[in-house]
Amino acid sequence: MSTATAPAAAPGATSSTTHAAPRGGLVEIRGVRKSFGDLEVLRGIDLTVRPGEVTAILGPSGSGKSTLLRTINHLEPVDSGLVTLDGEVIGYRRQGDLLHELSEKEVLRQRTRIGMVFQSFNLFAHRTALANITEAPRRALGVPKAQAEARARELLALVGLEDRAGAYPRQLSGGQQQRVAIARALALDPSVLLFDEPTSALDPELVEEVLAVIRGLASAGTTLVIVTHEISFARDVADTVVFMDHGRIVEQGPPSQVIDAPAHERTRSFLQRVRSGGPEAPDATVEHSPVGHGPVGPDSATSPTAAPEDHR
Amino acid sequence: MALPSALETQRPSAPGARADAACAPPSAAVDAAADPASGPTGPATPVGPGSISALSDEDLSRLRVVPARHPGRVVLAVVVTLLVALVAWSFATNPRWEWGVVAQWFFAESIIRGLLETLRLTALAGAVGFGLGLVLALMRLSPSSLVSGVAWTFSWVFRSTPMLVQLLLWYNLGYLYERVTLGIPLTDVTFVDARTSDLMTPMLAAVLGLGLHQAAYAAELIRGGILSVDQGQLEAASALGLPARDRSLRIVLPQAMRAILPSAFNEVIGLVKGTSIVYVLAHAELFFTVQLIYGRTQQVLPMLLVATLWYVVITSLLSIGQYYIERHYAKGALRTLPPTPLQRLRAGLRGRGARPTTTSAREGASA
Repeated sequence: MSTATAPAAAPGATSSTTHAAPRGGLVEIRGVRKSFGDLEVLRGIDLTVRPGEVTAILGPSGSGKSTLLRTINHLEPVDSGLVTLDGEVIGYRRQGDLLHELSEKEVLRQRTRIGMVFQSFNLFAHRTALANITEAPRRALGVPKAQAEARARELLALVGLEDRAGAYPRQLSGGQQQRVAIARALALDPSVLLFDEPTSALDPELVEEVLAVIRGLASAGTTLVIVTHEISFARDVADTVVFMDHGRIVEQGPPSQVIDAPAHERTRSFLQRVRSGGPEAPDATVEHSPVGHGPVGPDSATSPTAAPEDHR
Repeated sequence: MALPSALETQRPSAPGARADAACAPPSAAVDAAADPASGPTGPATPVGPGSISALSDEDLSRLRVVPARHPGRVVLAVVVTLLVALVAWSFATNPRWEWGVVAQWFFAESIIRGLLETLRLTALAGAVGFGLGLVLALMRLSPSSLVSGVAWTFSWVFRSTPMLVQLLLWYNLGYLYERVTLGIPLTDVTFVDARTSDLMTPMLAAVLGLGLHQAAYAAELIRGGILSVDQGQLEAASALGLPARDRSLRIVLPQAMRAILPSAFNEVIGLVKGTSIVYVLAHAELFFTVQLIYGRTQQVLPMLLVATLWYVVITSLLSIGQYYIERHYAKGALRTLPPTPLQRLRAGLRGRGARPTTTSAREGASA
């Protein structure tokens, strides 16, 4: 991880390094369904995230993209379907047709291989930046204090915050907090890193410092799954872009296909709206894409499913 | 400060730019700079009524703030001081308080023994109350409805029964259950077998009565504190693979402490005085001791004053402890901790004559 470089410059620069890296995990999602009460938020999701690849999940609010991300580390148990990491079923032990629910201890062990970065950072407010990072290695893996702290300082240097080790989260800016949160997720040496809208709670000028760190990780070979509204960032960094709507994957493929030449009407209208800072993604105003700025026909561009969201 | 004043000194010699200056100072600056006739030091005539555009740096540095007067506060302070003085005067001079008797008994051996007993009761009942309260609070938050139901029922029962009834029930447990037997059911193996009335001393009854009662209240108080911690903290701890024990004790509880502590100290202070109810069990804590003495000497008021003064002393010490403990748990919740009274005093002494407010603020930030 210490070899990670500053912002990767060119779009698609990641794909050359990804497959060589041995550390990234393989995530497979098959037929995943999940309901909250009467509302089915995931309606049969199939997705493969290959080792070392960067997958960006796009979609309007309520499309189920965050829920999908949370099923990968079993923060959200699925109703049906399977999620595996390197062939190991997450949350269950499979014996033929039987799925034995794992004990909490085993689930926690699985989670140490899957790092997660939250939209609202969720740093432990009563702990310094350094202690936030050492907490999990020390308590979940039993790493000795000195070793955990040395590693934490390396990680802080990686995210450019080596001089803020003693600061409490409240003494850091949003961008700095999110970078500490990324360092905290990296401290367990996860094979997969999940990002749940990592820049949505940040001021526009703080977004780039976080994206730069993520770009560095992408080129370092960890498997990354990123839920984001940053379209141009997704295009730069992702190997695969997944567009979700109403609990289904509408389309997926390389960014040149899904973002630049979307096959589905729904994808097109969403991208259109995000680029013009429309109501679908009010937090995506930092998007400065040169592509597709002309207005689209008012009725033809809006699929029936998107209609209610127009009136919010 | 330097930029606007530099602009403004130039403006008067470029009258055409005045209208722009009001709404767009940067463009006005460009205009003024482009005009070769505008010297850097024009006459300091204001642009319009009340305009500050012509103020120089020296003008600005001459400005002084005169603090606002609060005549109401002064009047109130005088009235309150007078009232306090009157009450203090009556306390000191009314012979019926019998201060001599108070002084004579204040450090008497029996009073000190009673005081220690009160402290012991408070400590034991507090430990039982908050220890069990923490367990009950965590049980209440359990996803298992059986576990949370047990905790709810406990709180319901012990909050519904008057304290006096609980104390008397515990003390008279021997009447309800004559023997206490501990062994393996349905076999002859017994480890303990004793008469209940031999086991149930006034002290044990008092600790059980006060402690279990306290636990029911402490449970709700701790639960409230835990609920006040952002759900994201627990989620992040789970995502990092932290064991349940660490999630509760190392992540959530320390942050809940900020919400718990003020009410918890309320409860402990209440408990100190609440122990006086144990006099019904004839247990010789402070209040019962005082009663015994005035029953003999008939000096009721001075003896009550002795007890009250001791309660005041204990409460004051607890309040000081509360301040520092709360300050400890404010770490991370505040950007900079305010200075403690001691730090403020020290800073005040050191910075006497200088500007006291800024000095103490700096002290606080560096401490």
